Amino acid sequence: MNVITTSNLSKVYDEGPVPVYAVNGVDLEIKKGEFTAIVGPSGSGKTTLLNIIGGLDKASSGGVKIGSTEIENLSANELIDFRLRNIGFVFQSYNLIPVLTAKENTEFIMLLQNTPKAERDKRVESLLAEVGLEDRMNNRPTELSGGQQQRVAVARALASKPQFILADEPTANLDSKSTANLLDIMLKLNKEEDTTFVFSTHDQRVIDRARRIITLEDGKIISDEKQHVQ
Amino acid sequence: MFLKLAWRNIWRNKRRTAITLGSIFFAVILSTLMSSIKEGVYVNMIKNSAGDFYGYAQIQLKGYNEEKTLDYSFEFTDEVKNAVGSESAIEESLPRLESFALASHKTVSKGALVVGVNPEKEKLGTQLHNRVVEGEYLTQNDNEVLIGDGLAEYMNVTVGDTIVLLGQGYHGVSAAGKYRIKGIVKFGSPEISKQVVFLPLKTAQTLYGAENLITNLVLQVNSANAGIKVAKKLKTQLPENLVAYDWQELNPGLVKMIETDRTEGYVFMFILYLVISFGIFGTILMMLAERKHEFGVLVAIGMKRFQLAVLVWLEVISISVLGAIVGVIGALPVCFYLYFSPIKLGDELKQMTEEYGLEAVLQPSVAPEIFINQGIIVFCLAATIAIYPLIKLLSIDAIKQMRS
Repeated sequence: MNVITTSNLSKVYDEGPVPVYAVNGVDLEIKKGEFTAIVGPSGSGKTTLLNIIGGLDKASSGGVKIGSTEIENLSANELIDFRLRNIGFVFQSYNLIPVLTAKENTEFIMLLQNTPKAERDKRVESLLAEVGLEDRMNNRPTELSGGQQQRVAVARALASKPQFILADEPTANLDSKSTANLLDIMLKLNKEEDTTFVFSTHDQRVIDRARRIITLEDGKIISDEKQHVQ
Repeated sequence: MFLKLAWRNIWRNKRRTAITLGSIFFAVILSTLMSSIKEGVYVNMIKNSAGDFYGYAQIQLKGYNEEKTLDYSFEFTDEVKNAVGSESAIEESLPRLESFALASHKTVSKGALVVGVNPEKEKLGTQLHNRVVEGEYLTQNDNEVLIGDGLAEYMNVTVGDTIVLLGQGYHGVSAAGKYRIKGIVKFGSPEISKQVVFLPLKTAQTLYGAENLITNLVLQVNSANAGIKVAKKLKTQLPENLVAYDWQELNPGLVKMIETDRTEGYVFMFILYLVISFGIFGTILMMLAERKHEFGVLVAIGMKRFQLAVLVWLEVISISVLGAIVGVIGALPVCFYLYFSPIKLGDELKQMTEEYGLEAVLQPSVAPEIFINQGIIVFCLAATIAIYPLIKLLSIDAIKQMRS
């Protein structure tokens, strides 16, 4: 079953004299449980593609289907609600709420979903334990290392029980140890809970551990390969 | 969580918050003190003029209030007594016969307000006996007078001297009498002290040929507001030829003066609050600019725009209300200190205020509504100003904000 389907997806910036294709005719199918890396050089359209899939940006043409929902037909407010319930986001610079603790940051999404408190508490504890931060629950982002912050971001992304997680360069600001640690967690979640991950990266350490690698160049898919990872 | 988040967000930039709070704090202190002192002056004016002399309510014969002549006198009948007696808010009813006369001593003459009073009832009601600063208080059958200290000074008379009162009595009869000054009285309102002469009611009735008649029945109640309520109620219960007035109807000049002064105060306060508004607005603009990226992320992860708007609205309201509360708390001790130790104005200012008929004392009012109103005004201001970010955030574009 496809979690994400894009058909002839394009994004054109035509403010200048020559139109620039950030994404150019991308057809893509991502199934449940995949661990996919979108790779390519800077400016190849990775982030734009992720933004369009995540409903953060509008495509100039073509369509995106999440499950059975064609997201281009949703209004702005419906799209926000759709993202809340279906898509988890992990950003390059973590983007945690600075005044909330790790626990509160993770809980925040569930609060927006009106999840009852007892359920929130239970899930937050289990998620933070899964990302290895059960002892840092009451620390604010400034009291956590970059790797720890990114793990909180993963827990937050998972909190809403999304259909998939979109991660834009999740390891770009991390050192080797934190990168390895984060990848271990993501792969474990992928293996054990069948969580679908789609991330953009140009980090070879990440590419080496991805099961599917989609390479973009000038907004076009130039290769789509599967690899076996231990 | 939203409240918690809003509260913590306020303290993210402590210096900015402190500056905003400081501006609200000083403006609120200033406006609270100003309101408190102004209202205190009004309360004193009303008390000195209406409460201590004219009463907060009166019963008169129809027409007397417009044309103050003895021809509009009436008898204090049982019917009137019953109507007054049925009103529990009335602590005491004080019959008076008031008219004007020319008061003379040796070569000095001055127009005086002659008031025939029941000395015993005034003792219980207006506590006139406590206003005697020299000499003695009146008794029922005295053929002597009490004179205001301002009038005594003008006429250069003192206790034991004699004054002559000359005027027109009931239905045009000539009224003339010679009276020994038994005591000198002092009122908070210099205007009253400069013109008043008190006689026992019977003596006044004899002077004016108005046996058993009174011109007004002063109703002693415990506050200005009670006077308004009592007068309103009595209007429907009194015999047709009589009418009850509250202190506002009896002192339209005073009411007008207070209203005019209040309006001037509002202009000053408007300017103060305009300054606060710009302070709050500046904070909002800075905060919106600083947190663009964060707002974008929040919308991206699924926070509805209206929830974000409410969050920021709460932040603006919290900081403003906090500033107002701190300001009011700061103003409270000053107001209470001045309430218990009023400022007595120096000679020059004293002379100036007395020329306006005011007591030369600044005693602020500590009525709760003065302080509550400041909080309400700041809240309304903040709520209004916070509409700006509300509108901005309701149309926020996540991706644009995240790129900023």
